[in-house]
Amino acid sequence: MMTMKVSRKEVEHVAFLSRLALSEREAEEFTRQFNQIFKQFEKLNELDTSQVEPTSHVLQMQNVLRQDSVRSSLPIDEVLANAPDREDGYFSVPRIME
Amino acid sequence: MNIYDMTLHQLWKMLHEGDITVQEIYGSFAGRIEEVESKVGAFVNLTPDIAELQVHKAADRWSEGRGVTPLTGLPLAIKDNMSLVGVPNTCSSKMLENYIPPYNATVVEKLAEDGALFIGKTNLDEFAMGSSTETSAFKLTRNPWNLGHVPGGSSGGSAAAVAAGESPAALGSDTGGSIRQPASFCGVVGMKPTYGRVSRYGLVAFAGSLDQIGPITRDVYDCAIMMNALSGHDACDSTSADIPVPDHTTGLGQDIRGLRIGLPGELFNEGIDASIREAIYTAVDLLTGMGAECVEISMPHLEYSMPVYYILATAEAGSNMARYDGVQYGYRASGAKDILDMYIRTRSEGLGTEVKRRIVLGTYVLSSGYYDAFYLKAQKVRTLIKADFDRAFTRVDLLVSPVTPTTAFKAGKRADDPLQMYLSDICTIPANLAGLPAMSVPCGFDNGLPMGMQIIGKPFDETTMLRVAYAYEQSTDWHKRRAVLAG
Amino acid sequence: MKYEVVIGMEIHAQLLTKSKLFCGCSTEFGAEPNSQCCPICLGFPGSLPVMNRKAVDHIITTALALNCTVARESIFARKNYFYPDLPKAYQISQDDQPLGERGYLDIMDGSRRIKIRRIHLEEDAGKLVHIEGEPFSLVDYNRGGASLMEIVTEPDIRSAEEAAAYITELRSILRYIGVCDGNMEEGSLRCEPNISLRLHGAKEFGVKAELKNINSIRAVQRGVAYEIERQSQILDEGGTVIQETRRWDEASGTTISMRSKEEAHDYRYFSEADLVRVVVDDAWLNRMAAALPELPQARRERFIAAYGLPAYDAGVLTESKEIGDFFDKVAAISHDYKVVSNWIMGELMRLLNETGQSLEQSHMTPEVLAEIIALVDKGTINLKSAKEVFEESFHTGKTPSKIVADRGMAQISDEAALSGIIEGVIAANSKVAEDFRAGKEAALGFLVGQVMKETRGQANPAMVNKLLREKL
Repeated sequence: MMTMKVSRKEVEHVAFLSRLALSEREAEEFTRQFNQIFKQFEKLNELDTSQVEPTSHVLQMQNVLRQDSVRSSLPIDEVLANAPDREDGYFSVPRIME
Repeated sequence: MNIYDMTLHQLWKMLHEGDITVQEIYGSFAGRIEEVESKVGAFVNLTPDIAELQVHKAADRWSEGRGVTPLTGLPLAIKDNMSLVGVPNTCSSKMLENYIPPYNATVVEKLAEDGALFIGKTNLDEFAMGSSTETSAFKLTRNPWNLGHVPGGSSGGSAAAVAAGESPAALGSDTGGSIRQPASFCGVVGMKPTYGRVSRYGLVAFAGSLDQIGPITRDVYDCAIMMNALSGHDACDSTSADIPVPDHTTGLGQDIRGLRIGLPGELFNEGIDASIREAIYTAVDLLTGMGAECVEISMPHLEYSMPVYYILATAEAGSNMARYDGVQYGYRASGAKDILDMYIRTRSEGLGTEVKRRIVLGTYVLSSGYYDAFYLKAQKVRTLIKADFDRAFTRVDLLVSPVTPTTAFKAGKRADDPLQMYLSDICTIPANLAGLPAMSVPCGFDNGLPMGMQIIGKPFDETTMLRVAYAYEQSTDWHKRRAVLAG
Repeated sequence: MKYEVVIGMEIHAQLLTKSKLFCGCSTEFGAEPNSQCCPICLGFPGSLPVMNRKAVDHIITTALALNCTVARESIFARKNYFYPDLPKAYQISQDDQPLGERGYLDIMDGSRRIKIRRIHLEEDAGKLVHIEGEPFSLVDYNRGGASLMEIVTEPDIRSAEEAAAYITELRSILRYIGVCDGNMEEGSLRCEPNISLRLHGAKEFGVKAELKNINSIRAVQRGVAYEIERQSQILDEGGTVIQETRRWDEASGTTISMRSKEEAHDYRYFSEADLVRVVVDDAWLNRMAAALPELPQARRERFIAAYGLPAYDAGVLTESKEIGDFFDKVAAISHDYKVVSNWIMGELMRLLNETGQSLEQSHMTPEVLAEIIALVDKGTINLKSAKEVFEESFHTGKTPSKIVADRGMAQISDEAALSGIIEGVIAANSKVAEDFRAGKEAALGFLVGQVMKETRGQANPAMVNKLLREKL
């Protein structure tokens, strides 16, 4: 398989998807490092996994379900205690245009 | 012997025999913290108000002889990524510097009920992402055995606190070695339990399919005591195993004759320091001498652990870190012109470089065009790695290997080379990928720095691991040594 | 029209569970902002989800009602995106292996079949509040983490009428099986049709627009009709439709383009490690199937076949399960089914509408209605009185016989009692009586009127007629 090449522009785009703006140095560094790291990742292509099931859980557990019963919620002041900004019992954020 | 040099079970015995009071124990550790914390830097926040309240309650339990557990009146340190009501849960990040959780982690709740004393919350790599505790946004933690060296990470604060006599035991969390590696670097015992054995509720997630809370202690007996306290099903964690918990101390002292121990060649390669390999082989000879059968085995897929781990862990981490967006809690950048600007500035200012690196990497491996080649592929190779373990455990009862390729490195030495840092997790990562219990036991010193032996067990068979670890420990005296905090 | 209309429909239905999908917070509507929140639904660091069994039950029930294949093994995934109403910045949802797949719903009396692509379970988001002129928006997380069902159709709908019929039928089913209250105004049932046009016979789909902010079935029809008109005009003029989300504006009766998204979405779905898979075995599936009630379409057909009702009546009576159940119960006692239907479609529905009550909240019972019908049948009361009795029973729960007795409403059908009165009337109006005897038929009407006046309208009119003729 062809080696994936990572460009700085791409790194910055993916950072934007994660809502991060990278500094000059970070963008530079990440691009260089990701190219090295992806080379390591591509070692996985040495393995034929066409007949292999993916593992997302090591435990073969199923149907962990709870009864539909109401438990008390947090008091509103505790809900909002950590809020960087609040208004009238609501969380407040910069205006969103709809 | 100083009180602060003792183990949990030694302290408990003294309480039981009336030779000491809870106040005296707490006083000794508080004094030790006063004395050495400025050198070690193990704690993000100390919690004397909470501890003093707990001292009184524990003292009452002892004096009334009611509800005394193996942890009643004994100090513990908690890694600063587990919720303790009313105390900041910073994850060593500027993002959560002022975040105060309104609820307790299940493990915290259990330990509080047992009557333990919470002395403080320990430093870690930011959001547990790192192997040296150097990515903490707040402070450097030093290795008590040599202050110029790192304590390991991410549970570096917990391991250093235990090694420095600041706490007899501590909680760590382990996603790819974050308990075992610092335990090894600091010459203490650390265990990552089987995935599902200990509730994750209240542990700030790094990678939920790999994370597990576990103890860091001064000896194997204490590790067993802590495992008894921490283990068990929790209805608040869907991945918590609903199976009975054995008494982890029962196997301690039993002989290990006939136990089969496998040595995976892939974890003894030339990337591992010769001195460490030698120390492990010496330990293996000792175990053989006690009647264990040690065989070399091959687990061919272990060499792919690093890429599999860094793909899966960063994918999950990228998603787990997304909630830190300045809306409900935590840091928010000021002066943002709209919501998008607020998100970007908050996250860019609130998170450190290593966390950003992993978020971006994790977003990469999940984004369209990379998902199949990286994420899905890694999940499939994870299946192969797990199958290697399944096969191995048809032949042997336990696996033994080094914990780390080197002893604790010098502070600042690897900070700029993430790939090198990631590669150094090679011995610890496989147990997380397979969900297996694994522990680090002190097995010697190299140039004054501790070395650790890793024991990996079958799922939910921590008792057998503890039995072997105890047998080994009792025939050595590594665990009796204490760091001398000279300059 | 020269274009073929192609519509697919996405429905989000809030499931009727007492607690949220992953935590024990209440789902009650209308509570104080942020009063129904906890570390889990707020996405506080370290909290973990545990799934509500009832929500899974509801999805299985719906999948069965919509003729879907229920997945024997289902998994959950994270859908990643940033928005302030989404506390974790990912929504726990399903991607691969949804709980239900490949079903259908018949509409328009079975003449059209709309295929269902998938049904899945996910968590709801919080609510944003915008205040005119303020530089901030407010967030209320009470709804955040509530259990939500998404039902997606294939692009099988061909007109605004079909779109409305689909949502009407679907809503009726969801209410029948008790999984959603179907309230579109409060947003517990939200529908997002996507509409495109293409030339008849074309293979490729046209560019589609998705509609949001639809708060009633009428709005579905009007919004889709408007969109069809708008797009066909664009195409007629040689223009191109752009792919976008448009907001239905009730006041102006138009759709308005919402600010186009700044980026193409890449939700980066991947498996949710904090939840384990759901495995639906035979026992579970059979239990849900056994509990499935008769569905509207089957009931409509039965009402026509078994009760001989007109199709219109059957449609009205089966729209809600409550009313249909009520009809069945009255019909078990009163066998003139059309009369029963008239009472329910007339008086009962009028009063329910006027009072805004549900059948359960009112005092009306099948026994009461059956008794009123019997009283009319026996001639004890006339139809006018019967309506008064019905209304009083509806409000107070008093039995009809007691109301009739208390208000002295019974018709006088006693021959002896009427004879005396009639004789008096004949005597007092001898001139008129003569006219009748002389063959003036109309004179009888006057005499009947006098008798009714004497009895304050309670005389049985048929009997009065008969006795008058005899005595004259």
